[in-house]
Amino acid sequence: VTETALLLFWPALAGYAEAAVAYAGDTVRPGRLVRYAIWGVRLGWLAQTALLVAQAASADGFPWGTWAGSLNLFVWMCVGVYLIWGCRAPFRLLGLVVMPLAAVLLVLAWAAGGVGEPAGSQFGDVFLAFHVGLILAAFAAFTLAAALAALYLWQERRLKQRTPGVLRLRSPSLETLDQLTGRTVAVALPALTVGVGIGLARLESEGAAFDAIMGLTLLTWVVYAAFLVLRWEAGWRGRRTAYLALAGFLLVVLVRVVLTPFVHF
Amino acid sequence: MPLVLVGTSYQRAPVELRELLAYDPDLRRDALGRLSTDGAEAAVLSTCNRTEVYGVNPEPRELEERIYGELAGLSGLSHSELAPALYTVTDEAAAVHLFRVAAGLDSMVPGEAQILGQVREAYEAAREKKTAGPTLHRLFRQALRVGKRVRTETAIGENPASVSSAAAELAERVFENLEGRRILLLGAGKTADLTAANLISRGVGEIVVANRSTERAAALARRFGGRAVGLDAVEAELASTDVVVSSTSSQGFVLSAAQVARAMKERRGRPIFFIDIAVPRDVDPAVIELEGCYLYDIDDLERVVAESVAGRREEAVRAEAIVSEEADAFRAWQLSLDVVPAISSLRARAESIRREELERAEGRLASLSPTQRRAVEALTSQIVAKLLHQPTVRMKEAAAGADGVLYADAVRHLFGLGDDADPARKPRQ
Repeated sequence: VTETALLLFWPALAGYAEAAVAYAGDTVRPGRLVRYAIWGVRLGWLAQTALLVAQAASADGFPWGTWAGSLNLFVWMCVGVYLIWGCRAPFRLLGLVVMPLAAVLLVLAWAAGGVGEPAGSQFGDVFLAFHVGLILAAFAAFTLAAALAALYLWQERRLKQRTPGVLRLRSPSLETLDQLTGRTVAVALPALTVGVGIGLARLESEGAAFDAIMGLTLLTWVVYAAFLVLRWEAGWRGRRTAYLALAGFLLVVLVRVVLTPFVHF
Repeated sequence: MPLVLVGTSYQRAPVELRELLAYDPDLRRDALGRLSTDGAEAAVLSTCNRTEVYGVNPEPRELEERIYGELAGLSGLSHSELAPALYTVTDEAAAVHLFRVAAGLDSMVPGEAQILGQVREAYEAAREKKTAGPTLHRLFRQALRVGKRVRTETAIGENPASVSSAAAELAERVFENLEGRRILLLGAGKTADLTAANLISRGVGEIVVANRSTERAAALARRFGGRAVGLDAVEAELASTDVVVSSTSSQGFVLSAAQVARAMKERRGRPIFFIDIAVPRDVDPAVIELEGCYLYDIDDLERVVAESVAGRREEAVRAEAIVSEEADAFRAWQLSLDVVPAISSLRARAESIRREELERAEGRLASLSPTQRRAVEALTSQIVAKLLHQPTVRMKEAAAGADGVLYADAVRHLFGLGDDADPARKPRQ
């Protein structure tokens, strides 16, 4: 199974990397490479799905209980969420942000052993499935929200600077990007809330110690909660909320990639 | 049969002459009737930028003269007056010309979309009048396919080619669509008028017109189905406006950054898009510094259009490749026509031999049951089909090169098919 899983990792990585390169090429020659990019995303995601299924089939318990394993699952979720919008023509530029990130994180998961035979975990399967699954789903959605926010800022800058070629690259309107960022965060925050709640309940029942990751995750929750409150109550829109979404994403990166391997697992 | 095109376009004729050569649907129907009197194929493409008559006839010179006469009759001008403005193109070059026209490559603005519909109208008119024979059917269907391919496989038609459409597309980069949006027109200049019309065609909700002269504002508001206000009410209107189109003849700013800043406070983060077409400008350029405000003046818009048209020209190179590919396919089809009569004769001859032999063997086959008889029929048909398959394929392949007619003549000679071919046909060199 490990060999099969490893074999599936390569087409997944190849698909994501090809998509990242094709999206970059599409900015130079709009309309030519985007089809190859979209097929790269689809085929890569299917290969990674098969990889995860192979891992799940060979595992005794929850297969992605390690940091590297959960990173593998996180990449799959990010690309899955991206696939909802990414294949539509106006959103192709999102791929420019999401796909290189997905390829790099997948390599990281591979280097740390997250795409091979799953390791066992001392925690219960149901607990892990809900705790890890919900938090990763929320983080994947925050990643997409950050990509939408980055695209908003890029597009806004071009419109403000009155770049002559502003219409040559197709991209969603500022209004759409702003709304989608808001909706994505609005869907992701409850998932994060429940995921963190389950973790805290477990922490209390086990009598375990509170660590830095938990503190930072709560801070992330506060940033995204502020995002929604300011949006709904104070009428914050556009550039301000885009910066807030990116600030929240920095915390997500800190939690997921920088601190988690050393502190939480 | 030879294909002939006689026509004129904006590249050859000024608008005064093009007006004289324009066909409306009734005139076109009559012209098609006159052009096809001896069974010639005919189609007329008539737009504001071109009039082109396509015809197919064994005598191309005669057809060309007839088209000249038709155009002279329509315009009331003599042959010598018309001749400098007209071009005549024949055969493959005429096909390539129509493909380029359908692709928008021969248009004033490369990739212009309207022309494809006009080519379709020309084809439909010829079909209705039954003046489109095999060649024009094939030619126009293929031209329509070229037009569609160019628009789906290249980005030639994606970007705006005029200031008014660029302004509308820019507004759609801020708002997803303009349906239900509120537009404020400041002044009543010609370009603002065009821009407003473009925005209205994209479904804007309400139009408010503000002008120094309330009568002119009211007149323009009536035309667009909106309402008129005085210039003093502009700041109040900004709070609920999404797009401002400005074109007053004022010497100073009509909208200051301070006024816009005050309005933005009431908008709770909702963006606003300013299109300032006035010279001197109406909107203070400092407005661009305000969050949620986007401002394009006439120079900005012209730069966007220039970039967009340059992009279309780049895409035109890819479109030319599609035209060339389709022209090759058309040429291959035309050449294959040379061997079709020989193939038909060969098949007819083989079938007649099969029938004769079956009839001759009738006495010996009489004892067969109906099932056995059907089996014999099927068997003999299969033998004939298999024997003729390879020569048919080879002749069609050869038709695409220079040897098609040689092959056809050889087949006629070897099988004694008789002279069913065009006596004027000579092997191509």
